[in-house]
Amino acid sequence: MKTTTKATAFYNVFERKGGPHKETTHYCPGCGHGNVHKMIAEAMDDLGINDKTVFVSPVGCSVFGYYYFDCGNFQAAHGRAPAVATGIKRANPDSVVISYQGDGDLAAIGTAETLHAANRGENITVFFVNNAIYGMTGGQMAPTTLIEQKTATTPRGRVESEHGNPIKMAEIISTLPAATYVERVAIGNSKHIMKARKAIRKALKNQVENRGYSFVEILSVCPTGWKMDSPDARDWLTDQMIEAFPLGVYKDESSEREDGWYRDVKPFVPAELNKYFGVNAEADVAPVDLKKDLFCKFAGFGGQGILTMGLFLAQIGMRADHNVSWIPAYGPEMRGGTANCSVNVSNKRIGTPLVERPNVMVAMNLPSLEMFEKDVVDGGVILVDSGIVDKTPDTDRLDVVMIPATEIADEVGTPKVANVVMLGAMIAATDAYSLDFVSETLKVVVKKKNLIDMNLAALQRGYDFVKNGS
Amino acid sequence: MDTTVKKDSPFIEITGELCKGCKLCIDVCPKGVIAISDQLNSSSYHPAYYVGADCTGCTLCFYACPEPAAIKVFKP
Repeated sequence: MKTTTKATAFYNVFERKGGPHKETTHYCPGCGHGNVHKMIAEAMDDLGINDKTVFVSPVGCSVFGYYYFDCGNFQAAHGRAPAVATGIKRANPDSVVISYQGDGDLAAIGTAETLHAANRGENITVFFVNNAIYGMTGGQMAPTTLIEQKTATTPRGRVESEHGNPIKMAEIISTLPAATYVERVAIGNSKHIMKARKAIRKALKNQVENRGYSFVEILSVCPTGWKMDSPDARDWLTDQMIEAFPLGVYKDESSEREDGWYRDVKPFVPAELNKYFGVNAEADVAPVDLKKDLFCKFAGFGGQGILTMGLFLAQIGMRADHNVSWIPAYGPEMRGGTANCSVNVSNKRIGTPLVERPNVMVAMNLPSLEMFEKDVVDGGVILVDSGIVDKTPDTDRLDVVMIPATEIADEVGTPKVANVVMLGAMIAATDAYSLDFVSETLKVVVKKKNLIDMNLAALQRGYDFVKNGS
Repeated sequence: MDTTVKKDSPFIEITGELCKGCKLCIDVCPKGVIAISDQLNSSSYHPAYYVGADCTGCTLCFYACPEPAAIKVFKP
């Protein structure tokens, strides 16, 4: 008995979907997404790639791809799916990465990402579901809307002179030399669907075999947005849309691009990264014990060296062979705005680079203290530049260090090293690393070599202030 | 509703609760053996059902159906 039934690439029950009815999709009756989902899931089953596929959902009705596909999932910002897919694929060359996008996402908001991913020949598979309308937002004109097609924003029909022509993405992408396989298929009737199944399978197989960028445009329907019943919508697709968007293979160099055609993906070699960040990993660094993971938030005015201080700490952690992350957050001002950075230093792998509940906080101005003090965990260390901030944090809850860092830096020679004074104080207050180890690292990472001595002096003063009170 | 089907011939199973009544399966069925129910399911759709005979197991309804689990096709 041959049974044709739901693919195993789908979850058995769509637990992530809210409400009742967790075995049906959230799509309208007769929606094309369901058909395309089924074809992709079937191809994933057949190719045996469920466990290594990453499905990148777009913004649009298919934003909830992760409800349905039992594989890795990512939901990208509007239009950015191919850029996100590029990152995922390059970091994990053995994965199979699907960028699933609608016409608003791919051909309007994400045109740049779409073209450039194709132009780079990323070894990803793009499924472009084109239904000639913005379905999710209520049926507005999309770049792919047909001439004379009525939508919410073209109530008298799309007019060439006013709205331009429908964009033919398959044709455009087929002109790019790096693209491997470009085909346009449809789901208007059974013949179309059987062809679409083959194209979808081929586009995924190409990626599994490292043959490069595959793009399948699938002409689909939006019965709700088109204000038609489901069979009529399929007929309209077959009769009208295909005339404007001819079906067929626009480019196919799959067979010429043997296994390994795709560029040599350079894996992330730690030594290369060390070289890039100027960390001398060859130095005689003995393993340094990290007693406690550091989740840090450093904040202050732009220009105080907040971000650099975070980088220094991250580089110290890197040199000690701990896992680190550093991520800045700042306004457009180079000087005078506010800036903060999140730094993780951990024995374990770091999930997110953001630090929402720091156990170490440095506040170099009042707004930063007021903004972040409440986030610091109970018993966390908080260091405040007492020369600038005229307020003491909650000493009952937190381990507070008030240090006139900028004044000390002035004494050392320049207020610019206030951040390093603060770093020294932080190292002393947390006992995370030895002063020697930090000093040695600063010698490597401070770029202007004539300033090393001043930085080391600042570090020492900050350290001593906490340890000895002077 | 298809309990009388002989299991040595092809047949389909439509789970009415998972059907949204879009009629695409009815549209593509070459044998015309799928119909729409008078009854409503719990989502207030009139679901499709198999009339009980003459299915050839061609699977066209399975691929026309947008729902992952509404239709199953069995072919001996």
